[in-house]
Formats: sequence, structure tokens, C-alpha cells
Amino acid sequence: MKLAFYPGCTLESTAREYLDSTIVVAKAIGIELEEIPDWICCGSTPAHMADELLSISLPAYNLQLARRMDTEGVTVACASCYSRLRAANHAVTTDPEKRAKVGKVLGGDYEGDVPVSHLLEPVGEIIKQPDFQSRLKQKLSGLKVASYYGCLLVRPPEITGFDDVEDPQSMDRVVEAVGAEAIDWRFKVECCGAALAFARPEIVEKLSGQILEDARDSGADIVLVACPLCHSNLDLRQCDIEKFLGVDLEIPVLYFTQLLGLALGISCKELGLHKHTVNPVPVLRKCGIKVKGC
Amino acid sequence: MRRSSRVTDHKMGSAGFLEQVEADSGEKVRICYQCGKCSAGCPVAYSMDLLPNQLMRLVQLGLKDEVLSCSTIWLCASCETCATRCPREIGIVRVMDALRHMARREHYPVQVREVPLFVSTFISNLKRFGRLWEVGFVGAFNLRSGHLTKDMGKAPGMLRKGKLALLPPRIKGMDKIRKMIKRVEEVNRQ
Repeated sequence: MKLAFYPGCTLESTAREYLDSTIVVAKAIGIELEEIPDWICCGSTPAHMADELLSISLPAYNLQLARRMDTEGVTVACASCYSRLRAANHAVTTDPEKRAKVGKVLGGDYEGDVPVSHLLEPVGEIIKQPDFQSRLKQKLSGLKVASYYGCLLVRPPEITGFDDVEDPQSMDRVVEAVGAEAIDWRFKVECCGAALAFARPEIVEKLSGQILEDARDSGADIVLVACPLCHSNLDLRQCDIEKFLGVDLEIPVLYFTQLLGLALGISCKELGLHKHTVNPVPVLRKCGIKVKGC
Repeated sequence: MRRSSRVTDHKMGSAGFLEQVEADSGEKVRICYQCGKCSAGCPVAYSMDLLPNQLMRLVQLGLKDEVLSCSTIWLCASCETCATRCPREIGIVRVMDALRHMARREHYPVQVREVPLFVSTFISNLKRFGRLWEVGFVGAFNLRSGHLTKDMGKAPGMLRKGKLALLPPRIKGMDKIRKMIKRVEEVNRQ
């Protein structure tokens, strides 16, 4: 399986470990990722808050670059980038006037025909294959995982078309495929506060705090995410959340690629497990998981 | 919590406001029947002066000044819970976007000034570098907002872990990309 890869800005800095673990895990399970050369920012939430045409043109530019590549479409690791790329395809395929405007901006027509998936989708195909289990170096049994999807992977459904909108299962299936337990909890698609981290951090502390508390109360050892922005709010800002709530949480937040990597026997360093704010290694070891090279 | 009682005031609505919002957003605000599902699911509703369903009603009534000066349009996190659950299938986030654009265009006072500051700082960073340079972005946002020390305590640890890029990203063809982004404004004016 060969896919054009759109990393997005955050994976180059604050979510470095998501990029590293994506590359090493994709290779290990047979997904060939080819980075879109000279991709630009998708515009994320600020672009659609500022200007609709800009918010469609930026992703469309990237999709036009990807169209020239010999791949089966684009895959994205960040939920926000994923949502914006899908939104651009949706806009140009459903509204001829927008398509004409985007064509003028790009200096060439874009039909909206480059398929866009989130990395969880090709991974979901691989874990279904009969030989997947034989690749695992260890089963992560004993680990209880709260899969957190957040907003933009699943909403709005007419744009993402990703899984069940209120109770998605794609990440839970990854958890089960590596032998861990996917727990039932209430906050899997609630909002972490997203970009309000800059303008109104106390809103993020409240919303992300509720998510972490529910994960803990539901018995989770770790929270699993598929978005660098969710990760930043839940992990990097966890100390602010603890201060805001007046409680100790210390809940490790891992990317789903890192969980897969652990089961595949990939080292702590290659997966970037040492880059999180809340160190996950003690909890993982307590649950009986072998963590190499920390 | 200061929540508006203005919803029940009988004021003259602003002619053409509802139509303008519908044209800008591409959404039929007039079909909202006030079930309140949007407000029930909104994670940020607790901090808003107008609940999302109240906002929809005020747009229907044409109460432009009340709508464009509320905090709700700036506090909406674009999480899409409201739009996903709306039984009338109104894209409420697109309505919020249209209202934000209109409020800026017509120079309405902004209750949550950090939000448009966040947006404009982000956009100017991406226009300059093609990709978001987070270090430059956070620095510029802190300077412009006056929250100089915000998140600075996290910087040393992140730096040590190689999670901060001290130099801006460099991509090929930035001239062409800048021109492309400039054309957005030209096409918008046409």
C-alpha cells in the first residue's frame, strides 16, 4: 500500500514523536508513505475563521501537489489537517462556484478527486489481515486504554465520513488488535478545547480536565489519541489542568502509532515515548509491558 | 453568569441581516425551530453570553448589533457538535464563521480580543513561511496579546526533547506560494 503523506506543521515540532512513530510503524506494517514534497500549512481552524476561500485553497494546493504523485491517495496523521483536506474536497465537489474560485487562486482547476484518509484507516485495514498477529512481538494485555477521538476525526460526518459519529470504534479496534483492553467511557468524542488554548486557556483546562478525569474514573491506564492538537492539550498542558482542578492526574497520553509500535517491539526512543510531558514508561511497565531502550 | 435577557426584547430587527448571514454562510438559519440541541451539546456554552440557539433566534429576528457584539461567536471552538446533532441540519459553525467575518468587516467591538489576535497571528505566520513556525507564532502571539510569559515555562523541557524548531521552516517555491495566497484576496474582491 503506497500513500502520499501529509504530516502537517505540528508533526515537525511539538508532535515530533507522532511523526517518528508514524514513520517507523508504517514501515513495519507495510504501509509505504511518501511525503508530499513542499507541502504547505492546511490553514487549520484559523483559516476558516478568517476567510473561507483561503481555508479551501490551502488544502486544495496540497491535494494538487499530491495528485502528481503515483500513490493511492493522501493519508493524514493530524485530525485537524484531515478535516481541512476533506472539507476542501467536499467544497469543490459540491459547489461549482467555489470550485471556480479555487481554480482561479491555484491557477488551475482542482476537481476534488484526490482521496484523503486519516492514518487510522489504512492501519485499520492492516490490522484486519490474518498475518498481522504474527508480526507482534508482545501482546499488551493488562493495559486499559481510553481511545480519545475528539472532534475533527468524526465531525461533521458529511465531510469526514469517518466511523460512527457518537461512538467511533476505529482506535478501539487497534487497541484490541494489540491485546490491550479498550474501555468504555463517556468522553471519547468530547472537545478538548482545541485552539482556545491560546485565547482562553481556562476553557481548555476545564474541558480537557473533564476528559482526563473521566478516563481515570473509568479505569484507564492511558489515553490514546490520533491528533497532535488533542495530545498537546491533554499531555503538554496536563500540569496546568492539575493546577486548575487541584488534583493529581499523571495520566500518560500516547499516540495510537506508539501503542502499535510497542506491540511490534520497537524501542522507546524510536517511538519518541521519552518526549511526552507525562512519562508513560512507569505505567506501561507496571501493566507488564516490555519497553525497550528507555 | 451574565446571560442575555435580550432574547425577549421587542426591538426592530436590522433589515436584510438574516438574508446576508444566510448568503454568506450558505446555511438556512430561518428553519431553526429552537429545539436547543445545539446548546445542550455545546462544550463551551457555559462561558458564552448567548447560547447557540439564542444566537440563531436573534439572527432570525435580525438583531444584528446584539449578534455581532456577543462573546459566543468568538468562544465557539468549531468542534461541530452542534451542527452534527442539529435536526434541521444547519451548519452552525459555518454560521459562526460568517458572523465572525461580518463582525470584523464592520468593526464591531470584540469581547474576546485574543481570538482574532490568535487567528491573524497564525495567518500572517503561515503567509510568511508557508508552514506554521510554532516558536515564531507563540512569540508573536504573546507579544501582541500582552501575555508575555504564557507557556514559557514549558519551553526549556520541549527544547530539550527536540520539540521546538528554533529556525523557521524552509520550503521551495515560497514566492509562488505567497502569490497564490495573495490571489485569494483578489478573487474575493471580484
